[in-house]
Amino acid sequence: MAQPRKQNEALYFMRRNAKLQIGVAIVFLFIILALVGPLLTKYQPRDYVAPGAQPPSSEFWFGTTSFGEDVFTQFVYGLRSTFLVGMVGGGLGTLIGILIGFTAGYRGGIADEILNMLTNIVLVVPSLVVLLIVAAYLEVRGLVFESVYIALFSWPWAARAIRAQTFSLRSRDFVDLGRLSGMKPLKIIFTEIAPNMMSYLLLTFILQFGGAILTAATLDFIGLGPTEGMSLGLMMNNATTYSAIMLHMWWWFIPPGLAITAIVGSLYITNVGLDEVFNPKLREM
Amino acid sequence: MSLQVKDLTVYYQTLRGEVHALESTTFGIADGEIMGLAGESGCGKTTLGQSLIFLNSPMKLIKGRVTLDNKELPIGDMERMNNFRFKKVSIIPQYAMNAMNPTRKIGKMVADLLKSRNVDFKSLLPELKRRLDLVKLSYDVLNMYPIELSGGMKQRMVMVLSTMLNPSLLIADEITSALDVSSQKAVSEMLVQFRDRGYCKSVIVITHDISVLYQIADTILIMYAGQLAEKAPTDVIVHSSQHPYTKMLISTLPEVGVRYVEKQLAGIPGGPPLLLKPPVGCRFRERCPLAFEKCLEKPPFVETEKDHFVACWKAGA
Amino acid sequence: MSRAGRQVPEEMLTLDGVSKVYRVGTFGGKSLVAVNDVSFDVGDSEVVSLIGESGSGKTTIGKMILHLTSISSGAIRFNGVDVSRLNGRARKEYYRHVQGVFQDPFSSYNPIFKADRIFRTIREEFFPKTDSHEWNEKIDSSMRAVGLNPDEVLNKFPHQLSGGQLQRFLIARALLLDVQFLVADEIISMLDASTRVGVLNLLAELKSRGLSILFITHDLSLGYYISQKSVILYRGCVVEMGPTEQVYHHPLHPYTKMLMACVPRLGMKWECGEIEVTNPKVKQPDLPSGCAYYDRCPVAGNKRDCSTSPSLVEVELGHFVACWRQTKQES
Repeated sequence: MAQPRKQNEALYFMRRNAKLQIGVAIVFLFIILALVGPLLTKYQPRDYVAPGAQPPSSEFWFGTTSFGEDVFTQFVYGLRSTFLVGMVGGGLGTLIGILIGFTAGYRGGIADEILNMLTNIVLVVPSLVVLLIVAAYLEVRGLVFESVYIALFSWPWAARAIRAQTFSLRSRDFVDLGRLSGMKPLKIIFTEIAPNMMSYLLLTFILQFGGAILTAATLDFIGLGPTEGMSLGLMMNNATTYSAIMLHMWWWFIPPGLAITAIVGSLYITNVGLDEVFNPKLREM
Repeated sequence: MSLQVKDLTVYYQTLRGEVHALESTTFGIADGEIMGLAGESGCGKTTLGQSLIFLNSPMKLIKGRVTLDNKELPIGDMERMNNFRFKKVSIIPQYAMNAMNPTRKIGKMVADLLKSRNVDFKSLLPELKRRLDLVKLSYDVLNMYPIELSGGMKQRMVMVLSTMLNPSLLIADEITSALDVSSQKAVSEMLVQFRDRGYCKSVIVITHDISVLYQIADTILIMYAGQLAEKAPTDVIVHSSQHPYTKMLISTLPEVGVRYVEKQLAGIPGGPPLLLKPPVGCRFRERCPLAFEKCLEKPPFVETEKDHFVACWKAGA
Repeated sequence: MSRAGRQVPEEMLTLDGVSKVYRVGTFGGKSLVAVNDVSFDVGDSEVVSLIGESGSGKTTIGKMILHLTSISSGAIRFNGVDVSRLNGRARKEYYRHVQGVFQDPFSSYNPIFKADRIFRTIREEFFPKTDSHEWNEKIDSSMRAVGLNPDEVLNKFPHQLSGGQLQRFLIARALLLDVQFLVADEIISMLDASTRVGVLNLLAELKSRGLSILFITHDLSLGYYISQKSVILYRGCVVEMGPTEQVYHHPLHPYTKMLMACVPRLGMKWECGEIEVTNPKVKQPDLPSGCAYYDRCPVAGNKRDCSTSPSLVEVELGHFVACWRQTKQES
C-alpha cells in the first residue's frame, strides 16, 4: 500500500541513475551466465576433456587447467554456487539481523543491552579460527553449511544498522499513536515500522549478499570451502596451488577473479545508486 | 530609501513545475526602520528574506531589482553577492542555534569568519567584547564550544556574529520562534538596541507572531500566498488595517483577556492556495468575504495614506 | 505532596505526587528529575491547561497519563481507580477512555499509508465485530463532529491534507472510542494562526459536550482562552495553580508574574526595564534542593530557604502557590 507518488518518484529516479543501471546490468549478466552457462557445456567441472594446460580456443573458450579440465565449465558451475551462497548466506544473515535488530531497537532497556552484548561477542569471535577447528571435525562440508556459517558471522552488521533505524523510527509520533490504539508491539513493528524501512532493508540485503559472496570466495581460496562441488574461489585456489601464475596460465585464474570483483563491485555500486534514489537529500537535481 | 525592492519575482523549481513563491513584490524600507514581515506558512516571507541574501537553487530569480543604499544588489548572482554578504546584508537564520560548528570553539569560528572577509580579528576584538556585554554574554564564551551554551545564549551569540561588520540590512528569520517567553523578550529587545546603536541600519524581522512585532517593529508588512497584502506602521496594522486578510488575521489572535465563554474568536475558513498553479488575480479572493468580480485582476500595491500601502480593490471597506 | 486526608470528591483524573526520574550518565550514575512530585486534578467536563516552558516536564506528564512512559513514583487515579501501572488488557481498556493528540500533525501519521488508516486500526483493535455499514456511519458522525467534510478528506494521504485537517482527524479518531479524557499536547502550536482558532473552538465545543481535556501548552494566551483551571510548571514542579482568571490576573508566584510580564501582547507594549537574561550552566541534571526557581527569582531570600522545596499552599479558594515568600507573608 505504498504511496503511488512515492513509487513513481522512485521509479523515475531509478531510470536516471547511472550507477544503479550499470551495477544491475553487470550483475544481471552474470546471473544469466550462471543460469544458462551449464546448458552450454556438455562437460562436468571435473571431467578430463583434453590434454592439460591449453589456452583458450574455439573448442574450449576459457582453455583447460593443468589437469585437462574445461575452465569454462568450471567457471559457469562456480558462478552458480557463488550466487547460491550469496542468496542463502546473505538472506539468512539479513533475516537474523532483522529479528535481532527490530527487537533490540524497539524494546530498548535490558533486552537491548543483552542483544548488544551478543552482537559484540559475535563480532569479536575470530570466525576464521572457529572455522578451522570445525573443519577439522567435519570432513565433508557442503554449500549449505558454508552459507549458514557465513550467515552466523555476518548478521551483526545488519542487526546494528536495523537497530539504529528502528530506534529513530520508534520515537516518532505515529508509533506512539499505534500504542495508544492498543496495538501489540509485534504488530507495531511489522505494520508501522518495517514498511517505512523497506528501502533500508533492501540495501542491507544487497550488502549482505555481496559480503557473503566475497567471504565465500576467500574461504574457498584458502581451502576452507565445501569439500565437493566447484566455486570461483576454489578455482583460484587450484590455480595458485598449481602455479598457474608462474606458468602464465592466465585463463585459469583471471576469469574467476575478475568475475568476483565485477559481481561484488557492481553490487556495492548498485547499493550506492539505490541509496541516492531512496534518499532525496543525496540526489542531484 | 535604504532598501528598495522592485517587482521581485522568485519561483521554486520542482519536479512538477514551478512554484510561484513570490510574485511581483515591490516595497521599500527606510534607514533605521525595523520592518516586521508576517504571514502564515507558505506566504513567501522566508523566500523573500532568503532571496535578498542567498538566492540559490531550487529558487530561481524570474525578474526584479533590489537596491541597497542606492547601489544595486546583485541577488541573482551568487558570486558577486559574496562581496555584499555579511558586510552589507546579513542574516540571522532560522534555527540559528544550530548554525555554529559544534567542533570548533566559538572564538576560533568568529576569527575564521572575519578572516574570510579580510578583516583582522584582533582589531575588532575590543568592539566584539563591547557587543558581548550588550547581550549579556561573558568573554569566556569565546573559549567555549557551542554545546556548552543554552539555546538563548547561542541565539544571542549568532546575533552578535551576524552584525559584526555593521551591515546595512539585517534579516532576522524567525529568531524567537524556538525560544522560551523570557528569552524571546530579551532577544527581541536586543535587536532594537542593535538598531539604536547603529550595529545594523535596517532590519527585516520575519515571523508569524504578530504580537512580538507589535512590541519591536516600526512597520509591518503582511504577505499572503506570495503576494504583498498590506504595509503600514505597526499601530495602524493592528488597530486600523484596511486589507480584509489583515483584519481577519488580527482578529484570530487569542489574547490574554479574551475567553471562549465570553467571546468566540473566528478563524478564517479554508486554506491558502497551492502555488504550483496559483489562482489568477488576488490570491485571497477565495477566502475573502468581500470578493467581487474585479478581484480576478490583481490589485496593485498602492499607497492609500501616508506610509500605508494596501493591495485590495476594497481597501478601507 | 499527598492529598490524603482531605475531603475532596473524586475527580475524573487525579495526579498524586507523581514523579519521573531518569537515570543518566555512564552506568546510570546520576539522576535527572523531569517531574517532581506533581499533584493536580481534572474534573468532569473541564479543560485544565498545563503551562510550562521547555524543560518543565509538561510533555512527560502527558506521556505518563497516556502510559507511554512509566511513572517513577506517585499515583494516577482515573475515576477513583488507580491506573499507575497497567498492563495488557487493562491498558487497552484504559485507552478506550483516555486518548492523546500530539504536536506535529505530520509526524503522527505513517507517511506511506493513507490518513484514514488510523480509523481502521481503531476498528481492528476495539471494534472487530462491528459491521461495515455501522462502522461507516460511526466514522461519518465522528468527522462531522469535528467539522470535517468526509468527502473531502477520506481516502487521502497525509501530505495531501493541511495541518489543521490532520489534527481534526486525530480528534475524530479519539471520538470513535468512548473518550472521556483527552491529552492535547501542544496540538495547535504547529498550525497557522487562521486555523488555530478553529481547532481551539472545536476543543471548547467538545468540552461542553462532556469531554475533559488536559491542554498542554507554552502559550499563555491559548490557555486563557480555553481553560477553566491553569497549572504552572517550572522545571518539573508545580509552582502555582488555580482558576485561570485568578492565576492570570493575580499571579502570586514570581515565575508566573515573570511569565505574564514577558508575554508579548497586542495593544500593550512590554515594560521597558533592564533586559533580564539568564545564562544558565547547561546540563544541570540534579535538581538542587530548595526552591527550583531560586536562581532566577528577584525576590528570593538570602540563602536557599531550608533544604526542602516549598509545597503548595492554598492562598485563596482553589488558588495554590508554592513559594516561601507567600507563606511567610501569610504568617
